[in-house]
Amino acid sequence: MRPPAHRPGLWALALAVTAAAAMCTVAAAQEDSTSRGIERYREAVADSNPGELWEVRGEDLWKARRGPLNVSLEGCDLGKGPGVVAGAYAELPRYFADAGRVMDLETRLMHCMETLQGFNRAELVRRAFGDGERRSDFEALSAYVAAQSRGMAMNIPLKHPREQEAYREGERLFFYRAGTHDFACATCHGQAGKRIRLQDLPYLSDPADARRTYVTWPAYRVSQGEMRTLQWRLNDCFRQQRFPQLVFGSEVSVDLAMYLARNANGGILAAPGVKR
Amino acid sequence: MPDPMRIRAKIEGDRCVVRVLMSHEMETGLRKDASGQLVPAHFIRRVTATVNGKPVLNALWGPAVSKNPVLQFSFTGARPGDKVQITWVDTKSETRTDEAAITA
Repeated sequence: MRPPAHRPGLWALALAVTAAAAMCTVAAAQEDSTSRGIERYREAVADSNPGELWEVRGEDLWKARRGPLNVSLEGCDLGKGPGVVAGAYAELPRYFADAGRVMDLETRLMHCMETLQGFNRAELVRRAFGDGERRSDFEALSAYVAAQSRGMAMNIPLKHPREQEAYREGERLFFYRAGTHDFACATCHGQAGKRIRLQDLPYLSDPADARRTYVTWPAYRVSQGEMRTLQWRLNDCFRQQRFPQLVFGSEVSVDLAMYLARNANGGILAAPGVKR
Repeated sequence: MPDPMRIRAKIEGDRCVVRVLMSHEMETGLRKDASGQLVPAHFIRRVTATVNGKPVLNALWGPAVSKNPVLQFSFTGARPGDKVQITWVDTKSETRTDEAAITA
């Protein structure tokens, strides 16, 4: 006759299975309440987004006579004619014949600040991102311009061959694995439903996820107390991937922005957004 | 001159809800910079709100309030068109006053 000891063994196994199932439920509930908590926080701050302070400053910067040539940016063509700001952000990046290249918002602003106002490009690049008292004009101007397309749908038709080329190159770069960590943008953003710590990772090749993400940039980052542009986001992704520094306004940065913008086509702009 | 505030004052039911965005570094005095030196404290110490010159809020703030603070409060007895005036004073005695009309 077998020893009766095998029965408690079975029981123990059954209990362990029950415990594991219970733990899964707890984990799911925790994850759910965490993301709901973040959602509630977003709703609470959406009504009082400090990004508005940058919008106000950006509008002043847009209209003020500045730079060595003492002119305002109101003669700047963001793609819809000189001085037209409303709806411009929904159609960027795009090809600009006067510059002979595809440009995103920040790159175009830099082009105007250089050609119209006479600013030095190297100096502008040095001040691309703000840090406390050292503020960036790009962050304020981007917030202002993006806000004038709020409620409009992203519309990147990719008609010009150079725009198509930028998209293709951006897609290639998105999946390009490199660096000490053999990383690509797609390593974090190439699958649905992933997160890193508490941050949801958008699947940027998926139109729904790309829209949700793209339409809230530029955004106020609460943890940094700064307005951040899409160029900043891309730059920091490169740093996190241990890639060489992404040059502000470079072709690589614009191609990646084009890949993201086109994938977000149809998304209703809600920028400047607010992030943790 | 500090940056302007954004003030929104709207009557909701029997109360007037005021939302204020302020532009301020709000340095705690506990943070160190890249060279290891303490960044001196610099934060808003006092916030006051008046409606048509009559005080409705008087707040003493400290270093625990975030950078670029958001302030929301409500009070009763406001009429559309009344002027809400907000003033802050910080630890360097810098100050900023802005005003907005209450909307219905």
